Amino acid sequence: METVLSVKGLRKSFGQLEVLKDISFDLGRGQVISVLGPSGGGKSTLLRCLTQLETIDSGRVEICGETLFADGKYAEKEALAKITLKVGLVFQNFNLFPHMSVTENIITAPMRVKKIPKDEAVETAKGLLAKIGLSDKADYYPYQLSGGQQQRVAIARALALSPEILFFDEPTSALDPELTGEVLRVIRSLADSRMTMIIVTHEMTFARGVSDRIIFMEGGVIVEDGDPEALFTNPKNPRTREFLSRAAD
Amino acid sequence: MNQNVLMLMLQGASMTVRIFAVALVCSLPLGLIVAALRMSRLWIFNLPAKIYIVVLRGTPLMLQIFFIYFGPAFMPIFHFRWSDRVVAATVALVLNYAAYYAEIFRSGIEGIPLGQSEAGKVLGLSRVQTFFIVVLPQVIKRVLPPLANEVSSLVKDTSLIHVVGITELMLVAKQQASRLTNPLPYAVAALIYLVINTVVSRIMAAFEKKLSYYR
Repeated sequence: METVLSVKGLRKSFGQLEVLKDISFDLGRGQVISVLGPSGGGKSTLLRCLTQLETIDSGRVEICGETLFADGKYAEKEALAKITLKVGLVFQNFNLFPHMSVTENIITAPMRVKKIPKDEAVETAKGLLAKIGLSDKADYYPYQLSGGQQQRVAIARALALSPEILFFDEPTSALDPELTGEVLRVIRSLADSRMTMIIVTHEMTFARGVSDRIIFMEGGVIVEDGDPEALFTNPKNPRTREFLSRAAD
Repeated sequence: MNQNVLMLMLQGASMTVRIFAVALVCSLPLGLIVAALRMSRLWIFNLPAKIYIVVLRGTPLMLQIFFIYFGPAFMPIFHFRWSDRVVAATVALVLNYAAYYAEIFRSGIEGIPLGQSEAGKVLGLSRVQTFFIVVLPQVIKRVLPPLANEVSSLVKDTSLIHVVGITELMLVAKQQASRLTNPLPYAVAALIYLVINTVVSRIMAAFEKKLSYYR
């Protein structure tokens, strides 16, 4: 399997607090990894480091064959821009642009960054909206949509740039329980179409069903990394066991 | 009061409106630049901007008008004299209002959630694109109400420039009132200021309405 993301010895501190301590893992094309673990364990920071929203302190990160960070420094500006387009990020709080309609939210980056002609970008947006079941909301503004609908649009916006890897940072944590299902269904359909994804989530059942692999993180380290069934039925690490049993309550 | 006096007052009003318009159009972008400098993490940018804002907001506009108009003449080493007093007075208004607008813009920009620029960044937009496409349109919507107050103040503050002898509405009213020994020109001037400000606030309200399509 082709490796699309390789992380070796990644470290990140906020002042005195070391949030990521020597994180290493590989992600293969078409693989879906869920990252579980208690809050403050470094899950979100990991995604933010990989999407250049936080600066990496040390380690080595390669994305789709391009080196993002190595030997204490980042790649050249042009390489960074290229890597940015290879990854997409779906935020916990959606972060849709409130002054733009659903379609404008989706077509802005393809048009401004990839210089795709408007009619082509709009066609792509239509296709994506059909896929997430929101064709009738193309001209709505974010405030007119439910949280679940907004998050689906945010997923479509990320997909519009055809990223190689899609990251989800707790995509359902800001949603009412009855709205999580529609978002999880979209993510599941992406998994079925072999989209490469890393999903930080607290939805245990979903993670177990959708992932090829589960990474359990706590205190800035990967405590366990393995097959979902094995991890859920027979976790090797006592911390994982404790977390899963508490989460099951 | 005759037609002639009214004519003079309307000419003064026309000067007032022109100075107001130029001062507004120049002070808004300058305010945005000062806000950007003020928000810079580098002290070499933010310190001068902070000092600028404190001084211009903390001293009387009248004093600033005097200083800018007469200042160069007292400092011959600069070899500079205002060729036109209207320009000097307008510059004073622009510098003063830019300081107020800068603070309005800054609070507007700081009020936009960080997630908005982060979304722009992960979508590959450059910092400049993120600012102009994502952040600024939302800032404009937020700052319109406080801006409307300042714009209405600017209309009234143009009256201060009569102190350097510019024949705008205030000066004409003052001259005519003392010439006629009659307060009526002041009342007429008040009425004209009210009309100008009504029009200005209507325009600001129209802008606000135009941006009310989203929340």
